[in-house]
Amino acid sequence: MESIEFFINQRKVTVQVDPNTPLLWVLREHLHLQGTKYGCGIAQCGACTVWMNGEPIRSCVMPVSTISGAKITTIEGLSEKGNHPVQVAWDELDVPQCGYCQAGQIMTAAALLKKNPKPNAQQVTVGMSGNICRCGTYHRINKAVLRASEIMQDLAKKKKS
Amino acid sequence: MKTSRRNFIQKTAFLGTVFSLGFDWFSLEAKGIISNESNKPAGRWNAYIQVDSTGKITLLSPNPEIGQGIKTAFPIVVAEELDVDWKDVQILQANLETNQFDRQLTGGSGALKHSWDRLRKAGATARMMFLQAASQKWQVELSQLKTNKGQVIGPNGLKATYASLVELASNQKVPTEVVFKERKDYKLIGQFVKGVDNPGVLVGKPMYGIDYVKEGMVMAQIVRPPAFGSTLKSFDASEVLNMPGILEVKSFKNKVAIVGRSTWEIMQARTKLVCEYESPAIPESNKTHQKWFDEGKTTDKVQILRKDGDVVEAFSKAVKIIEASYECPFIPHNSMEPMNFFAHVTKDGVHLAGPTQVPQSAQKAVATLLGISEEKISVEITKIGGAFGRRLNNDFALEAAELSSLIQKPVKVLWTREDDLRGGIYRPSARYYFKAGLDASGEVIAYHLRGVGLNAGNSVRQDNFPVGAIENVLIENVEQKSAITTGPWRAPITNFLAFAEQAFLDEVAEKSGKDPVAMRLAWLEKVLKNPIGKISYEPKRFIEVIKKVAENAGWKKKPSIVQGFSVYFSHNSYVAQIAEAKMVDNKPRIQKVYAVTDCGEVINKSGAVNQITGAIVDGFGHAMFGKLDFRDGEPLQHNFNDYRLIRSNEIPEVDVSFIDNGISPTGLGEPALPPTGGAIANAICQLIGKRVYKQPFNLV
Repeated sequence: MESIEFFINQRKVTVQVDPNTPLLWVLREHLHLQGTKYGCGIAQCGACTVWMNGEPIRSCVMPVSTISGAKITTIEGLSEKGNHPVQVAWDELDVPQCGYCQAGQIMTAAALLKKNPKPNAQQVTVGMSGNICRCGTYHRINKAVLRASEIMQDLAKKKKS
Repeated sequence: MKTSRRNFIQKTAFLGTVFSLGFDWFSLEAKGIISNESNKPAGRWNAYIQVDSTGKITLLSPNPEIGQGIKTAFPIVVAEELDVDWKDVQILQANLETNQFDRQLTGGSGALKHSWDRLRKAGATARMMFLQAASQKWQVELSQLKTNKGQVIGPNGLKATYASLVELASNQKVPTEVVFKERKDYKLIGQFVKGVDNPGVLVGKPMYGIDYVKEGMVMAQIVRPPAFGSTLKSFDASEVLNMPGILEVKSFKNKVAIVGRSTWEIMQARTKLVCEYESPAIPESNKTHQKWFDEGKTTDKVQILRKDGDVVEAFSKAVKIIEASYECPFIPHNSMEPMNFFAHVTKDGVHLAGPTQVPQSAQKAVATLLGISEEKISVEITKIGGAFGRRLNNDFALEAAELSSLIQKPVKVLWTREDDLRGGIYRPSARYYFKAGLDASGEVIAYHLRGVGLNAGNSVRQDNFPVGAIENVLIENVEQKSAITTGPWRAPITNFLAFAEQAFLDEVAEKSGKDPVAMRLAWLEKVLKNPIGKISYEPKRFIEVIKKVAENAGWKKKPSIVQGFSVYFSHNSYVAQIAEAKMVDNKPRIQKVYAVTDCGEVINKSGAVNQITGAIVDGFGHAMFGKLDFRDGEPLQHNFNDYRLIRSNEIPEVDVSFIDNGISPTGLGEPALPPTGGAIANAICQLIGKRVYKQPFNLV
């Protein structure tokens, strides 16, 4: 057992756990943030994607000891009112079927757009290919990323004017 | 939101009067009105529609939501007939209430077919009572009143919201005869309506079984035998019990359960468990299965499911005989949310919660297992992270209940991905032997299909097309027993049978010098005039989807693109598909799939397109990559590193359209999957000049 301190959605937290515990299980069972999902446990499906200091990581293979002091963002903290452009686009295009993988998809998409605000279709399909959706919502996922990019640009324009 | 219906009624009681209409789902009748009094809940009737005096409208959705969109589709139908604004409606998931709801399950794409009239009647009856209330209030004839967006509108500018009429409406006599809306007046049905759970899903609200938490709950994982057919001889858990966070270890039915505080601690402790297993009596490997398929071709232990005319004689007269066999492997369902279940067994009763497609079966099975009456077992229906048929089997729920009864604690059992993928209840493996006999003019005069399945039950569909069009037919089934457990997998049997049959018919068309689309159409015209024997399908609807997809895709009108055609009828819906293929970097690639579906009335355009597209992606991905191999009874694949699932950069473009005919709606979760394998196999054959007879296609 070790005491590990980090930031979760801008809130400082301290947990007492085995330092090898993957961040995923700390989020789900110690911090009661269950939006981040368990899919495979070996970084293959992306359902557990969160951000560490703004970069997407697979929380299922990330020992909590390695995130000491880091800033973690989960689906619950992506936006204050669930209105991040990616969330808005996801709703607008009605992406989810079962919805289980979508938190991971959204965190991946939002990170992709931070790096590349105007991706082309090819960059989107490749950029999203690390996340499995068993319902096969890929068409709408790919479209929604492009739509989110548009929404972000519109917001930026509005801000300027 | 986990609000039980009873709580809900209590909570709304102080808001004023609640109009609450109960329906008996068994007889299709409205049975009564329930007022706001919390001591008078629905009784034998479910409180299906509630309107309170603030204008809030609550609809209960009885069936488990697995991603098929039923939680959105059902209320759309009620709201349409009730004539309310969708934005004023809130939807709650009902728990298992066997004396109030009928067919509270998800499977067989059957929910809408079963409930269409019930849902419409629920909405229309409530609407009529608001009309009656207004008629009484204004002393105006019913015929002079109409409704719009939750308001009753009368002559001379008279208007009243349903909310303002709640009390009066509650005192109306329940009409026995109601008139449904005409199609042309639909405002909601057929529109693009977003999933009602989106707001929760998009911000990570805990809604799924895996998120279920109860005070005092412990976690558990169960170690099951690694090979099918093997039994647990002994185990040593002494090291496990010394690991941090581990509470106890229990063994039952060849299994060892590790109970602990947290998932990670249990995962660590699992590695220290030492188990000794008895080897399976027949150590099944891929080769064993091949042998059983070979033997199945000639065995006389065969079930004859259909015999039209005289195939033996017809084959003897045939000038040409075409034979082919097709094979598919076992595959796991791999729903993204792995199996899990919560159970709390006490002396007073049992509480179950979790992702099952069949909550009532869970209740029954747990009652039998523990010797407790069904009334003492409550089942909470959680949102489900994909099912694909896996959760029609309640093995995971029974395990949880048995463990809880042993440890006398509330427990949530979680399957790891490896447990889930290697734990059985797979799509059965099968091989199909087809034989067609042609006369001198190239007409098929004899047709023989023998399906050999491994734990597949009936591996054929003896009343489905092309049966009905051919004079002499023999359809047979051989079931070989295996220790590998199987169950329904999205579009059971037809998920593979359709590929085999549609690929075979393509080969028949080619070898008899016919166009594959024209050949099917000619056969269906024959059926339309004079079907041979009993058939399960309507040829007219078949013809329509075929013609429309040929038109949409420009069948054989695109010289630079090769196309493959397939059509299938399953779960009461008809889907025709055309796949287009092209060589890309010297590899065959499916570029686009056109799909035309006749599922009768489309309730939710968004959900419907989602289902068709998803089913095509699913059918395509599994045809290309899906397989589970076996050695000595053990699956060789483990997780998504060695079991390949389709990804976002591997999908073809999909073009979805529907036949607009207003027929009563039929299923949509499954029917678009079966034809996909055939369409892509036939396109690939056109492209590379070679037929594929085995899934996965392995073209990469």
